[in-house]
Amino acid sequence: MSKVVKIEVSDRNPIASLRTFFRAVLQSGDYAGLLVAQHLTMRSTVMPTLVTDPDKLDGIDPLAPVFPINAAKVVSKLSRKPIGGRIAVVLRPCEIRAFIELVKLKQGSVEEILLIGIDCLGAYGNVDYARFAGAKGQESTLRFYQNIAEGKGTAFEDFDLSPACKACEHPLPENADLLIGLLGGDLMSFLSAEAKSPAGEALLDKLGLPAIEQPEKRKNAIGELMAERTAYRDSMFLETSEATKDLTKLMSYLAGCVNCYNCRVACPVCYCKECVFVTDVFDHEPSQYLSWAKRKGILKMPTDTVFYHLTRLAHMSTACIGCGQCSNACPNNVPVMELFRTIANYTQRAFDYEAGRSLEDEPPLSAFREKEFSEVTGGKD
Amino acid sequence: MEGYEPTIIAFVCNWCTYTAADLAGTSRLIQPFNVRMIRMMCTGMVDPKYVIKALLEGADAVLISGCHPGDCHYINGNLKARRRIKLLKEILPRFGFHEGRLKMTWIGASEGIDFARTIKELVVEVKALGPNETRKQMVL
Repeated sequence: MSKVVKIEVSDRNPIASLRTFFRAVLQSGDYAGLLVAQHLTMRSTVMPTLVTDPDKLDGIDPLAPVFPINAAKVVSKLSRKPIGGRIAVVLRPCEIRAFIELVKLKQGSVEEILLIGIDCLGAYGNVDYARFAGAKGQESTLRFYQNIAEGKGTAFEDFDLSPACKACEHPLPENADLLIGLLGGDLMSFLSAEAKSPAGEALLDKLGLPAIEQPEKRKNAIGELMAERTAYRDSMFLETSEATKDLTKLMSYLAGCVNCYNCRVACPVCYCKECVFVTDVFDHEPSQYLSWAKRKGILKMPTDTVFYHLTRLAHMSTACIGCGQCSNACPNNVPVMELFRTIANYTQRAFDYEAGRSLEDEPPLSAFREKEFSEVTGGKD
Repeated sequence: MEGYEPTIIAFVCNWCTYTAADLAGTSRLIQPFNVRMIRMMCTGMVDPKYVIKALLEGADAVLISGCHPGDCHYINGNLKARRRIKLLKEILPRFGFHEGRLKMTWIGASEGIDFARTIKELVVEVKALGPNETRKQMVL
């Protein structure tokens, strides 16, 4: 039975309670730093901040329904070499899962990292969040949870949570060392913190908070959320498969793509320092374009749009954790996440793999067996 | 399509299948002329993007052929290739590419007869599939 403690919430302000909690984490002396999302001068969004001074937590808002970047990339930057002290990082479940993929791809390490995950009720796209929050920062976050508690749901004006979040079947930070629970309890009166590893337990022991049981309603709340999410996900898979089932359809699906490659930049698991699509390989001679155009009498410029997406699907769909940052970064609203999640569903299943599930599962393209997939070579191996 | 002759791009490894192809040639085995062979040092270096590019540029089929398991000059490059082809076979058919347009075989250096037969069979199969859509259509 893992240790669970209670984080008291007063004045219906869970953000203030988390600030106190994280201040105590820093003051415990075991952690040289804390990575947590904060509102800085721009109140209409949050960014990860690396905090060493317990008094520099005023703007914290890890509950804000937005994540402008997938912070797994930031944690990878912090942990690819020894940082000189343990740091605690507060991440969303999808950020933790992306970080797990990055660690397995040798782009980071869990050695000096304590993963603190918070139940995730979903986030808005960056543009939508700016409208939701206005300049109200933490206050808007409290309104978000207030609306959920009152049964008003997550929709605001003409938008709702991002499709990636609506289709996400991983609202719980399964691989965290420390899980901060929102589901099933009353967020406005208390939060729970559950140790999921010895490091998490050691920290909780040190903080000396009162022990509780996880709320009874938690299981049901999780079940309901999962049912809703998987239903959305499955119909998204069907619709996307239908919308891309042949080359003509795929081309119109991707028609808005301007080859900006923002999706690749935003993707937490696209880790190549230099993507082949921005190298000299694609710096074609001017005469090459003319000869391509001559073959069919017409050539769409810039070239290689479908090629780029298919290649990225081949290169990273087995590591796709479905955070939706690709769609978030797309300037032309191409439903990139829907396509990648749909294909990833099949490619991951083909290798009996689930991205972000555990540090032990080998990434499908980093491993191989002598006898496997004999159907690929016509039954011979 | 009257008089349709498919174009097949074959990525073959230097040590086994390329040698087999050479043997098939020097043994004067009659083979169809539809294959454009690309000699790689190992099938393990065939990045999925080479296969995708070939199919998008209008190749009617892609063949990847290397050493039998256990015979790889680089110990296990062929087994890595098999996973990548498995991956592509999951992805490409979902966008309408017939699975028969992507084939992987093991052909050892001494198997010139096998090579010639594989090519003959593949050409028949691909002829039955008809031309790849990307031949006519501009891929955006």
